[in-house]
Amino acid sequence: MDRLVIDEPVEAVNSREQRSFYKKRVAIHPKLVFGRYRQIKWVALVVLLAIYYLVPWLRYDRGPNAPDQAVLVDIPGRRFYFFFIEIWPQEVYYWTGLLIVAAVGLFFVSSLFGRVWCGYACPQTVWTDLFIYVERVFEGDRNARIRLAAAPWGFGKLARKSAKHAVWLAIGLVTGGAWVFYFADAPSLFGDLIAGQASLGAYLTIAILTGTTYVFAGFAREQICTYVCPYARFQAAMFDEDTMLVSYQAARGEPRAKHKKGEPWEGRGHCIDCGQCVAVCPTGIDIRHGQQMECITCALCIDACNGVMDKVGLPRGLIRYDTLRNMQVRAAGQRPHIKLFRRRTLVYAAILFAVLAAILTGLFSRADLEVTVQRDRNPAFVTLSNGDIRNGYTLKVLNKSHESRVLSLSVSNLPDARLEVLGQKGLELEARPAQIESFRVFVQAPRQALEKNSTAFAFVLRDPVSATEAEHDAVFMAPRR
Amino acid sequence: MADDRQKDDITGVETTGHEWDGIRELNNPLPRWWLYILYASCAFALLYWVLYPSWPGVSDHSKGVLGWTRHATLDAEITAAKAKQSAYVEKIAALPMAEVANDPELLTFANAGGRSAFGLNCAQCHGSGAAGGKGYPNLNDDDWVWGGTLDAIEATIRYGIRSAHPETRQNDMPAFGVDEILTAEQINDVAEHVLALSQSATDPAAAERGAPLFAEQCAACHGERGEGNTELGAPKLSDALWLYGGDKADVVASIAAARRGVMPAWIGRLDDATIKQLALYIHSLGGGE
Repeated sequence: MDRLVIDEPVEAVNSREQRSFYKKRVAIHPKLVFGRYRQIKWVALVVLLAIYYLVPWLRYDRGPNAPDQAVLVDIPGRRFYFFFIEIWPQEVYYWTGLLIVAAVGLFFVSSLFGRVWCGYACPQTVWTDLFIYVERVFEGDRNARIRLAAAPWGFGKLARKSAKHAVWLAIGLVTGGAWVFYFADAPSLFGDLIAGQASLGAYLTIAILTGTTYVFAGFAREQICTYVCPYARFQAAMFDEDTMLVSYQAARGEPRAKHKKGEPWEGRGHCIDCGQCVAVCPTGIDIRHGQQMECITCALCIDACNGVMDKVGLPRGLIRYDTLRNMQVRAAGQRPHIKLFRRRTLVYAAILFAVLAAILTGLFSRADLEVTVQRDRNPAFVTLSNGDIRNGYTLKVLNKSHESRVLSLSVSNLPDARLEVLGQKGLELEARPAQIESFRVFVQAPRQALEKNSTAFAFVLRDPVSATEAEHDAVFMAPRR
Repeated sequence: MADDRQKDDITGVETTGHEWDGIRELNNPLPRWWLYILYASCAFALLYWVLYPSWPGVSDHSKGVLGWTRHATLDAEITAAKAKQSAYVEKIAALPMAEVANDPELLTFANAGGRSAFGLNCAQCHGSGAAGGKGYPNLNDDDWVWGGTLDAIEATIRYGIRSAHPETRQNDMPAFGVDEILTAEQINDVAEHVLALSQSATDPAAAERGAPLFAEQCAACHGERGEGNTELGAPKLSDALWLYGGDKADVVASIAAARRGVMPAWIGRLDDATIKQLALYIHSLGGGE
């Protein structure tokens, strides 16, 4: 055998030229590859899946009146728990902040290193990777899979295929199963699920997510990235000539040609056209065509090419993470350098830090006592027999602590006002732990004390134990003079 | 059949043979899945026609073999809702008012039920916010003609005011002008005196002249200083609130012709529990005693 590297008879089936609206999808059978980026992807896969599957089972002690699940989205109770953070529905803007951080964080990373999210961390990539691993266990590597796909149906094929699909469905089931544990106490929900006692919603959610996992990672795969995902379409807007992208060094590689052992390298490019980079590509493209929309920058082609370069005795890096500028610099024979601090990255970083700072400041300075006020509109005011004016209010008291509290109610900026809380004597409001309490409050003021038909004042709630105060603006209405 | 079928070069799909300005139409048949859904829908429609009311007739419509109607569904839902409420409703019907008022859970239910019943039965006169109007008392304030305790409010709702019920709230203020008990000048003087009770008289001399007349004709029910009497349903005249208006013309009209407002008895129209819930709701509006 004269050649060190086995040629792969491959076609970049998903590249733009090969993809016709009138043509059916051609199945992609990515080949197993070894190398640094494959290693990183395996580690990322294990870590990310571990996070996804195990986080609902983490416990975090919040004291007697709260759940002990570290991460819990309690929809019936209207709470989101994340370790020491507890978010109420009134604070949904933290979610908004988090979404902004996620979006800008994505822009930031993309402008620096391209689509690393797509290549390493996106669930579609992680689960597809896992499903391809399962496929490889039962059906062998690329060439074996191609042969099996073309083979007539028989017992062996049926057995391999059904084993693969069974494992895929099991993974899908566990994936959907893990999802519902984020929304209820995981251990008790697990017991209920096994015993058939859980809610229909839980079973439906698991069924749907089992289906989507099975279909997306088993069958749709790169089509999700190519056709469905919007990020593939606007990614180019974050790239510039200094973004690190998976790039084929055309200046070094071309003109490409087959190479036999011992042949000289003069007068030709370093690409031996072995097709390995195409064979390992999970999205079915040829990176040598340059940067393209279908590429998720998983960098497996880098591993493949580096392996080939080692075998033929050439330096690594014919396909490498590189910037557009550096590719030109290299072609001109100068020293490349990486420019991380650019206007674009600085602006993204600034937005990122500003929003993060706002969220954290909000989180750590927020009060655990809040009051909101709704004034009666019908009637706007009531004249009493002694001529005083009375307004009615509904006060919602948010006690965000996990202790019962007794709060004293008063008003400010309303002279001679008398307060009455419906259904009780005195102005001590009892608030249960981590609850919203509702109180009907009547405020009465002498006609003479009211200069205008609308007087602004404030309700003040004071917790004498923790010496905290909560205030809310209100308006007192009176008939026109 | 002559084979004159044409194929499109790019897609390899047969064309329909029609051509418009050089544009030929591909003969892509409907997808199978689409057709099957159509057939399934047709089968569904046929089945539906048999099972459910669907075809209009001249004066009626087809009933369907299941005998399903929207009214029956609604009735079932209402029955189910009533069954859910019955635990509370029965307790409210059985317990005295004071005990219901002391049970926070029952009180919450009663207030909600009372609000709903108020909107259906009372808001027509008293207004949706119970703020009333001229001739229709404001139920939010602390001025009660027939008393503002829970029991008094309940009795007023139950038996009405000047209603047909034998136990109705009833009194009969004379129409001093119409029945010619007082002359026009005397009525004017009494009116000034009544206004003077709440420090709003316009003619102190007339008010002075009206004092003995008031003591003679009005004080028996309204009290010497116009403090009113809820036992008799005699309104307080010394306060800031006027059911029929506090202008002099209004007061004169009240004395001359009497007002004699009417409220129906709700016993017989509303069940016991609903009347109690209404009383609790009105009592909670802020003026309850």
